[in-house]
Formats: sequence, structure tokens, C-alpha cells
Amino acid sequence: MRVVLAEDLYLLREGLTRLLEAHGFEIAAAVGSGPELARALRVERPDVAVVDVRLPPTFTDEGLQVSLEARRERPGLPVLVLSQHIVQLYARELLADGTGGVGYLLKDRVFDAGQFTDAVRRVAGGGTAMDPEVIAKLLASNARDEPLGRLTPREQQVLELMAEGRSNAAIARELVLSDGAVSKYTTSIFGKLDLAPSEDDNRRVRAVLAYLSGRGA
Amino acid sequence: MYEIHQVRVTPRVRPAACASRPARGGARPTVAGGLRGVPNSPVQPQNRGMAMKVTRQWARRGFGRLAERCGAVGRGVVEAHHSSEAMFAGLATTVALLLSATGLVFFGPPAVDHYARRAANLRRRRLAEVSGRPVPEPYAPLPEVQPVPGVGYRLRRTVRKKRPSLLRRKVEGYSADPATWRDLAWLLLSPLLMLLAILPLFLILCGLFALLLPGLLDGFPANPPWYGSWPDTPGAALAVGGATVALGLWIAEPVLRLHDGISEVLLRPTEKAQLSRRVRELAETRTEAVDAQAAELRRIERDLHDGVQARLIAVGLHLGVIEQLAGTDPEAVKAMAAQAREASEKALAELRALVRGIHPPVLAERGLVDALRAVAVDSPLETEVTADLPGEPPAPVRTAVYFAVCELLANAAKHAEAARVWIDLHTAEPGSPREALRVTVTDDGRGGARFADGGGLRGIERRLATFDGVLALNSPQGGPTLLTLEIPCALSSRRTSTSSEKA
Repeated sequence: MRVVLAEDLYLLREGLTRLLEAHGFEIAAAVGSGPELARALRVERPDVAVVDVRLPPTFTDEGLQVSLEARRERPGLPVLVLSQHIVQLYARELLADGTGGVGYLLKDRVFDAGQFTDAVRRVAGGGTAMDPEVIAKLLASNARDEPLGRLTPREQQVLELMAEGRSNAAIARELVLSDGAVSKYTTSIFGKLDLAPSEDDNRRVRAVLAYLSGRGA
Repeated sequence: MYEIHQVRVTPRVRPAACASRPARGGARPTVAGGLRGVPNSPVQPQNRGMAMKVTRQWARRGFGRLAERCGAVGRGVVEAHHSSEAMFAGLATTVALLLSATGLVFFGPPAVDHYARRAANLRRRRLAEVSGRPVPEPYAPLPEVQPVPGVGYRLRRTVRKKRPSLLRRKVEGYSADPATWRDLAWLLLSPLLMLLAILPLFLILCGLFALLLPGLLDGFPANPPWYGSWPDTPGAALAVGGATVALGLWIAEPVLRLHDGISEVLLRPTEKAQLSRRVRELAETRTEAVDAQAAELRRIERDLHDGVQARLIAVGLHLGVIEQLAGTDPEAVKAMAAQAREASEKALAELRALVRGIHPPVLAERGLVDALRAVAVDSPLETEVTADLPGEPPAPVRTAVYFAVCELLANAAKHAEAARVWIDLHTAEPGSPREALRVTVTDDGRGGARFADGGGLRGIERRLATFDGVLALNSPQGGPTLLTLEIPCALSSRRTSTSSEKA
């Protein structure tokens, strides 16, 4: 799996490169600035991009902007955004085009190499990988919203884990449930969010999008 | 009030006067002919229609001017009435001050408070209404309370902690403040100002009653017995009476301007008063800013000390243990490493919270509007952010506004029990030197918010004051609450943002 990596801190960039290579990824390019990233995404056409939000030259949200621009050119280009802090607005912008294949994680999550590489693979496969902190903030701000308010607490838990990008099996393990129970919950969630049955993966992404975009979904 | 404002403002532009001048001077013969309705006028039919239209316009303008002048005469009467009140206030103050001079000092300050300053402030408000420009109060604050050396000072070298009485402070403060004496000058001038304001009406009444009316009533007898020997013919009476009325109308506006001008010169703060007020404000806000900054640094130091530093020490300790156990007990090493990692994660989380409190990263990455949008997304309230800014305010202003709005949002959720909040950002007076960033925060909560000492709103107000910003509050019981922040600043054009987004 070919990865383009954008991170301006040399040590972290080297660390990430080593980590990803150790887990069987191929680093197509490791760059340190916004324009370089834009070029790498065009030239290398990677399977997934791992991007730091804040990049030179402006040290604003250069990484995010370049990623969004690249996704406009190539819809569905998988992008995993890393940041020192979670801003829900960014999560919403990443999810706005509704095609999936996005992730937004705190840099701390890199510490757990297993979970991190899982996240990269999920994003590359068209799924989502949202930081638990995104989910926690959403829960705090969407507490009394329709139609999410119709979900039972258990269903909300399942949806939370779905939003983080876990598979049914992983959710079952986390909540100590049988696989069958989890798929019952997911079906009931899809029903309550008015999501017509289609390809299961697609529906998962749409449920998560409905969840993450909160009001008016 | 509105009409008065109009009357005062229009004469400066004088569009009506300019437009009607050709009619009086007869500079356009064709139209003038039409005006008089000369039968054999060479005006073409369609031209005549045109001429009628122009005539009607002029007539309307003429009436407009007349109405304005009559309005000025009317306002003169109102001003004269106010000046008569000021006259009595002046009298009372003078008497009180004369009594003070004889040793009855306690008469002075109350008289200044109740008569002089009150009358002057009324006048200032009125001047501000009429001219549309604010006329601030020029008074210096009372002198600071100094501990007064007591009787035993020389013997025991102790300072008696006695507050000088309010009366004493007022006597000293008022007599040292030039504004007091300017007020007094204005009060003493007020009889003259009253006469000045009433002059146009007086002339008009003279013209009407003393000259025109008796003539009309008596059928203009050859030797009018009681209105003087001149004018002695009906024609002369008519001419002189008409001229007097016209003079009264004509001088009404200039006289009013003179009247307002004299008041304003005396009542508007002098440049020196304005400057010393400014210095006072700056000294106050600077002290507050320095204090706030010191407190902020102390808080950061404490947070770092109790949080991140302690966590890093824990990481170091764990690493030390790992070093010792390496090679002997792999299971224990693994557990220790996990603990070390956990501690470093906690340290990072704490650092993140700290950084957000100092300068939220989204503010640096996206600018004010998007940072507020991010706050809106996080808020449990339904929050709508609209913005129309040509550029980004300077960084310190941005941070101050960001935190102020965050606090207001928290207030709306906590105290107002609001469900929806609207945040709007726009530029006030763009392009002028008084350009300012204006932010309004409206909620549909229960209202009744107020500036309490030591309360959150006071704090916001103080922090904005460092930037010469102001916070205005409108919060009737039962809601809604409308808060307006205004900070003077030029909006540079780093990022342009004109949009509206619902969160």
C-alpha cells in the first residue's frame, strides 16, 4: 500500500516513515510542506495520504486545505489527517463530500502503532477513522438532537464505535456482545437514521456521516 | 427630536436655497414668465407643462425652507425655555458659592452637583441630539483618597488612616477642575443666551402685532394714534412689518447656530480635558492589562508545574525502572513501558488544553470567523455565525474577541437557558479612521443579564477596554439578550471572509 506522508517536524516524519514501513506500507513520498504535498499527491497518486494539519509555509491549516483540494480533484482520495488538537469544524469539512475515506486523529494516537496502522488501512479502504475526542465532543454538543436523540444509549455506543471506524467484530469485542447482537444494533441504527439498504459499507459511512454532521442530517 | 435634528443639519448643505435662487433673481426668464402666468408668454405648450412642473418644485422647496425656518424659530423658543432654567440654576449656584466664600463651605458642592452640573449635562445631551455628535462630560474624577497625617503624626510618626470627607474631596476636586468654572461661565451667560434664542420670535411678533395687525384692524387711519409716528402710512407699516417678520425668519437659523455654538464652546470638553481623560483611561487599562497578564502567566506556570512537569517526571521514573529491569523481567518492562506511554499521553492532553487556553490553534490556522464557527460547532446551543469582514483583525484583538465570544456563549447556555444563539461579525464605519470590528451575540434566552461587579461581563468589558473596545448590553427580563462588542481596529486583508454558515 503506497502512502504519501506530510509532516513538517523532521523527527516525527522519520518516526512515522519507519513505523509505517515496519508495518508493511510503502512510503511513496515523505514531504514537509503544503506545496510539496500537493505535488506529491498529483504525481504519486498514493493509496492513502497521512497529513499533518499545520504545515509550512503559512503554518495555518495548509495540510487540510491541500487535502480537501486534492479530494475535490480526485473524489474519494483517502486522507488521514493528523493534528495536535481536535477541531470539529475540520472533521465536518473532511466529511462534507460524503464519499468517505477520511480520518482525523490526534497525533498521540501514533503511540499505539497497531491502532494507528489499522486506522490508515481503514481509511485507505474507504472507511472512516475519527478520533474518540471528535466523538466525545459531538456527544456533548448533540445531546438533544433529532434524529440521533431517537437512538438508545446502547445504539449510540455502537454508532460511536462505528464512527471511530471499527468493524462489527471489533465493536462486539469492545462492548462484549455477540456479532449477531451488533449487527442487530446496526440495522436498527440504519432504520432510525432513515438510511435505505444498499451496500453495507456505504451505509455504514452514511450513518457515520449523519452522526458526525449532527443537526440537519 | 428627529425633526429638530433635520432642521439643524440641512442648512449646512442648503440645497433648497441654491435651487430657489434663480427663481428669485429671475435668471431664467421663460420659467419666470410661466410663474407669473403672463397670457402672451412665448412658452411652448410642452414647455409650459415643464415650466409648471419646475414651478411646483420650487414652490415646494420654498415651502420647505419656510417650514425649516419656522421650525428653527420654534426650537429657539424651546432653547430659550431651557436657558431660563439654566439661568435659575446659575443663580442658585452663584448664591451657594458666595455663601461658601463666607465660610459656609458645605453649600458649594451640592449646588455644583444639583444645579450647575445637572443643567450643564442636560444641555450637553441636548447639544448631542441636535448636532448628532456626542458631547461627553468633561469633569475630572474626584482626587484619590490620601491618608491624612493625624494629630499624633509628629509624636508617634504614625499615619492616621482617616479618609478625608467626601465634602472635602468635592470642594478640592471641583475647585481644581476647570470644567466647573466653564460650567459657571455658561450658567452666567444663560440669560443672554435665552434672549438670543428668543430674538427671532420676538422680531416676528413685533412685525406681526406692533406693525401689521393694528394697521389692518384700524383700516390704516391717516394718523395712527398708538403705534408711533413712524411708519405713518399703511404702505410703510406694511413694508416695515413685513421686513421685520422676514428678518426674524431669516436670522432664525444663524441665531440658533450661534446659540448652540456658544454653549458648545463652553460645555464641550477642552482639548486638555480630553487629553487628561485619555491619559487617565490609558493608565487604568494599562494597569489592568498588566495585572491580567501577570495573573495569566501565574496560571500557566501553575498548570505546567502541577500537570505536564509532574507527568514528565513520572515518565522519567518509569524509564529508570525499565532500564533496571531490562533483560531480567520482560513482563514488568512491558507494563512499565505502557505506564510511561500513558503518562506521556496525559501530559500531551494537558498541554493541549493549556495551549487552547492561551491561544486556540484554530485561531492561528483559520482566523477569527472560522475559529468562532468551530466554537459554534462545539457549543451545545444551536449557533449561527454570520460574517462580513474585509479582512482579519490584528492578532491581539482576534484573541480578545474570541475569548469574549466564548464566554458569552457559555453564559447563554448557563445563565440565559437559551436554545439558539446568533453571532454576527461586521465592520463598523469601514474606511474611516474610526473603523471598528463589531460583533453582536444574540440569544433567545430569558434575558435579565446585567453588569455585576466582579461578574463575567465586567471582566469582558475590562479586557476589551485594553483595546479601547466597548461592550454594550441589552437584556430585558424575559429576553432576548443582545450583546455588542466593538473594538476599533483596521481590518487587514490576510484572509477574506464573507459568508454565513449554520452550525
